[in-house]
Amino acid sequence: MRTTFINTLMRLAEEDTRVFLVIADLGFSVVEEFERTFPDRFINTGIAEANAVSIAAGLALSGKLPYVYGIAPFITMRAFEQVRVDCAYMKTNVRLVGVGGGLSYGPAGATHHAVEDIAIMRALPNMTVLAPGDPWEAEHLIAQSKEIQGPVYIRLGKNKEPVVSDTTANCRIGRANIYCDGTDLSILTAGNTFELGTQVVRTLSNGYGIKASLANIHTVKPFDAEYLYHRIKTGRPVVTIEEHNIIGGLGSAAAEVIAESGIRVTFKRFALPDEYSHYVGSQEYIRSRWRLDCASLAEEIASLVQRK
Amino acid sequence: MKKSDTDLECIAKSIRRSVVRMAHASKASHTGSALSIVDLLTVLYFKVLNVQPGNPGYAVRDRFVLSKGHASAALYATLAERGFFEKALLDTYYIDGGVLPGHVDFTAVPGIEVSSGSLGHGLSLGAGMALAMQYDRISSRVFVLMGDGELNEGSVWESLMFIPHKHLLNITIIVDCNNYQGYGPSAEVMNMAPLDGKLESFGWEVVCINGHSFGEIEKALQMKPCAKPRIVLACTVKGKGVSYMEGEFVWHYKSPDDQQLAQALKELE
Repeated sequence: MRTTFINTLMRLAEEDTRVFLVIADLGFSVVEEFERTFPDRFINTGIAEANAVSIAAGLALSGKLPYVYGIAPFITMRAFEQVRVDCAYMKTNVRLVGVGGGLSYGPAGATHHAVEDIAIMRALPNMTVLAPGDPWEAEHLIAQSKEIQGPVYIRLGKNKEPVVSDTTANCRIGRANIYCDGTDLSILTAGNTFELGTQVVRTLSNGYGIKASLANIHTVKPFDAEYLYHRIKTGRPVVTIEEHNIIGGLGSAAAEVIAESGIRVTFKRFALPDEYSHYVGSQEYIRSRWRLDCASLAEEIASLVQRK
Repeated sequence: MKKSDTDLECIAKSIRRSVVRMAHASKASHTGSALSIVDLLTVLYFKVLNVQPGNPGYAVRDRFVLSKGHASAALYATLAERGFFEKALLDTYYIDGGVLPGHVDFTAVPGIEVSSGSLGHGLSLGAGMALAMQYDRISSRVFVLMGDGELNEGSVWESLMFIPHKHLLNITIIVDCNNYQGYGPSAEVMNMAPLDGKLESFGWEVVCINGHSFGEIEKALQMKPCAKPRIVLACTVKGKGVSYMEGEFVWHYKSPDDQQLAQALKELE
């Protein structure tokens, strides 16, 4: 998704001279071509995220469209109050692009994991929160982000994610990306659990004879409540799968809609526990330690559906 | 706009009268912090800034950023004095159903460039504006007014590094050195001395002035920097213009009662 981001941004910058790229010294071997092609629209603030975010807001207040690129926890949390006041409160057209969503930087350790980012970004008025699940979604959402009034947070994975979407479909900000329909239960994913979700769907089908629907909620805010209503009205269980703290992310957003719908439905959130990882290992390894792997998820979901 | 020092004196007094009236009516804090910057704002808005009250958004205007947003009363009063909006709106400061909040909200009235109130944001915002002007080849300037206590914020030093590194000469900082901050005298809370030495070593042209001398303020701000970006350390008196407030830390928090208001207005006639 990193590559998709920079390629898409290059295209946007060619079409629109308002597009700037701001980094706080992260982006080695990713952003060089942008710097070479648009040297006067490329700003490296040094290792100073607060300054980077506020400078971007200053550019936006002067009619520019700045994209601030960095590792997700640093641009969202290190500079959180700059994001709050200078981007959200003033409703400036700043785009925060966080790479390394969830546990993408697994072995680097918990400082580099972004597991609270969706919760805190979602709590900011005026903020749009995007979590593309594959490069196809990333390309469309980044391109469409140009048109949004106000700040946008775009949570990317790392690199080399496969395309799992139906690429003949429409990808629109605010609309669930439906992967498949199924009559036994509904699965929602956000961001980098989309591919995992597709594996779970296959395992449930092949191993348990359970037909699940799956949609990637790439726009966590504003949330596509209409799609979720449509699913809960079937009366079948709804589950969410996300690589984020169980508090405040996709599962919470879905729970809010379900709780206020007045419809009784079995619901379960699969997410990271409310603790920091001290495991050492890859994204896949840490996922499996917290039973966020395909086999564990399929097993738990199957028992949920069969209990129903 | 041709304005003599006598004209400026009249304008500054009128702004100060508005500030003490607003503080009295609202019972809001930061009266002293607002009064210390009135002369700076007077020179900026009546001598230096290229702005048009009738067309507040015009593209090539100079930008003024009030980073010490708690001194909002002084900015609102100055903008009203300059004709950006009706003075009657000043009566709606800091009260139920009002228009003007305690810390600057740029959606409240025309003429405000940024919302502020949390310290340490304005300089970076100004740097972004300066970069945009440079890219657009607009020769306007950005002026950022900060408090001396505000310089404690780490984010300020991120931009103090950045601006000289980028050789942004179209942004000028004014520091309101009134020597007090939230918990007491700045030198006791967090001693920044030698401030001039610190700033010079960061690549700034440091100019020290009397922040209540119209002539010194105008000279320091009017002249465009040529080699290094300029930071103006304006030596000011907290509560300036009202005898019983001058240099008295308690007016960081207090607002005048009826009798104190009457005395203040008399002194500011």
